[in-house]
Amino acid sequence: MKSVVKMKHEAEERCSNVDRGRALRISGRVIKLGHDVDTDRIIPARYCNSFAQEDLAPHALEDYDPGLANKIRPGDVIVAGENFGCGSSREHAPVALLGAGIRCIVAVSFARIFYRNALNLGLPVLVCEHAFDVFENFEEIVVETGAGKIIKAGTGDVLRARPLSRIAGDLMRAGGLASLVRAMTVPGREPGD
Amino acid sequence: MAGATLAEKLISRIAGVDRARAGDHLWCKVDVALLTDPTTPQVGAAMARLGAEKVFDPAKVVIFHDHFVPAKDVKSAGLARASKEFAREHGIEKFFEVGRAGICHVALPETGMVVPGDLVVGADSHTTTHGALGAFATGMGATDMAAVLATGKTWLMVPETIRVDLKGALDKYVCGKDVALALLKELGVRGAIYKALEFGGPGAGDLELADRFTMCNMAVEAGAKAGIFKADEKVLDYVGSRTDREPVVFEPDPDAEYRRCIEMDVSKVEPMVAAPHSPDNVSPASVFSDVAVDQVLIGSCTNGRIEDFRAFAEIMNGRKVHPDVRLIALPGSPSVLEQMIAEGIAASLVQSGGVLGPCTCGPCIGSPPGVLGESEVALFTTNRNFQGRSGARSSRVYLASPAVAAATAITGRITDPRNLAG
Ligand code: SF4
Repeated sequence: MKSVVKMKHEAEERCSNVDRGRALRISGRVIKLGHDVDTDRIIPARYCNSFAQEDLAPHALEDYDPGLANKIRPGDVIVAGENFGCGSSREHAPVALLGAGIRCIVAVSFARIFYRNALNLGLPVLVCEHAFDVFENFEEIVVETGAGKIIKAGTGDVLRARPLSRIAGDLMRAGGLASLVRAMTVPGREPGD
Repeated sequence: MAGATLAEKLISRIAGVDRARAGDHLWCKVDVALLTDPTTPQVGAAMARLGAEKVFDPAKVVIFHDHFVPAKDVKSAGLARASKEFAREHGIEKFFEVGRAGICHVALPETGMVVPGDLVVGADSHTTTHGALGAFATGMGATDMAAVLATGKTWLMVPETIRVDLKGALDKYVCGKDVALALLKELGVRGAIYKALEFGGPGAGDLELADRFTMCNMAVEAGAKAGIFKADEKVLDYVGSRTDREPVVFEPDPDAEYRRCIEMDVSKVEPMVAAPHSPDNVSPASVFSDVAVDQVLIGSCTNGRIEDFRAFAEIMNGRKVHPDVRLIALPGSPSVLEQMIAEGIAASLVQSGGVLGPCTCGPCIGSPPGVLGESEVALFTTNRNFQGRSGARSSRVYLASPAVAAATAITGRITDPRNLAG
C-alpha cells in the first residue's frame, strides 16, 4: 500500500507549478521532533490570548517538552515526522516558532493550514521523506530551498526535499504574504488576474 | 476525462473555470469570511502589514465572539475589544457579541449566510463544518484571512477526494459523532491531509443535519481540507427558511475519480470514544468502562446543537450527576439555549446537578468554565483532545457523543449509553 506521503507527492507532481527562483540557504542545528506535532503542543491555547511574538515565543513547544524553548538557538531547524502542525488554524504556532529562533522546518509531511501559515509568514517549510530518519537532535544541518537540498553538515551527505511550488518559493523569498502582496500591488490589479 | 468530484465541481464554480482538477492552484472568490474574537485583531494586524485599509465586502464578513469570552483574563478582554472595534471600523454588521453570539460553527448556519455552492473560509480550522450544507468550506490562518478581507479572494489547491459511502441507518444512542470517530479510527489523523472527504451513498440522506455538521466538523481531524455532503432536500429546507439567496446544488459525477473509497455501514457503528491525546485513538466506549472522570462537558462546535442536548437529556432522564463529577453544559448558540429552555432540558440539566454555562467554546480551548487541573480526567463532546489544550498538561481528555457524555456523567465512569437506556 502506498503511504499518504507518496500519494500526496504524486498529486503534487501532476501540477507543473514548480519554483524556479533563487534558493535560500539556511544553516543551523537540528531540533528533532516526532510525528503529529499538533498546534496545541506547539503553542498551547492558554497563551493564545495574545498574538505578539514576544508573548508567544517563550512558550513555544511547552507542552511538547517544557524545557525545549530555552534550548533553541536562533537559526535552528526543526526536523519532524508526519503531519507537522496538525490541529488548529492558529497562526500563533509559526509565530511562536519564529520567535523562538526557528528558521526552517523539514518534515515528512505537514498539516495543510500550518503549511500555508508558515509560508505566509516567510518561514521556509520543506517536505522530505528521509531527513527524519537521518538526523539526530542538535546535529548541524544546511538547507537549500531552491534545489530542495538538505545537507548533513557532519558527513556532507545530501538528501532531497520535494521541489517547492512556485507560490511557495515566491512567499519564502519575499519573507511572507504581506511583503509579496505589497510587492505585487499594482493599482487596479487583483490577485489572480 | 474522468468525471468531477463534488469538491472539483464546487471549486470550478467559485474559481470561475470550466473544470477544476485535483492539483490545480486556482484563485477563488469568497462568499463568506468567518472570524472570531481571538483572531479578528490578529487579522487586522495582518491587514495592516498587507497595506490593506478596507474590507472587500463587509456584508460577506461575520464575526462571532465565542473563544475567550466572556473574557477569561485581561489580555482576552483586550482582544475582544479590538475585535469589536475592527467590526465597527469596517462596517461589519454581522458582528455578534457574547450573549448574541453562538459558537461560530453552530451559529453561522443559523444566520442563513451560507448556501449550497458557496466558498466559506474561516479563521478557524473547524470551518469544514459548513460542508454539510453543500458548500466548500475550509479553515485558514490570520495572514491568509487578511488577504481574503483585502481582496475577496484566496488561492486554493484543488484537493483530491476520499469518497465515504454510507449505508444503513444509525442505531439508537448512536450519532454522527460516533460515525466521525469510527472514520477517524479508519483514516487516522493523517489519512486525509490535503484531501476532501466526500460523504454520500444511500445512508447519507438519512442522516440529520446535526449529524452531518458533526461529521464535516471532524473531517479536519483527519487532516482534510473540507468535508462535503451533497445538498439535499433537508439542506434546502434548512437554508431556504433562513435566506433568499439562491443555492447552487452540485452532484459528483458517477465516474468521478477518487483517491480512495471507503464503505461504511453506519448501522454497525457503536458508541465510540477517542482516548488521550489524539482524536484517532478510538475504541468502542465499552473498552473504557473502568476510566473514572472528574468532568464531563456537553457542547462545542461539534456537539452543541439542540439534537445533541436532546440526546443527552434522554439518557439523563431525571437522574443525578455522579457525586465525583462536574457536569458542564455549554449550548452552541442562544437559539439552542432558548430551545433547551422551551423543552425543559435546561431546567432538568440544572436539577441534575450540572452547570449551565454560556454559549461559548469554554474548556474545549482551555477557557472557562471548566479548565482542567493537574492530572484531571475528562470526557468531552468536543473534537480534539490534544495534550494541554483544555488545561493542565497532565490532564487527559476523552472524546465522545452526547449520549456517552450523559451516561458517563451519571455513573462517573466512561459508560456505553446502551447500558443505561430503557
Ligand atoms: S468549540 Fe472548540 S473546536 Fe469548536 S470553534 Fe470553539 S475552540 Fe474551536
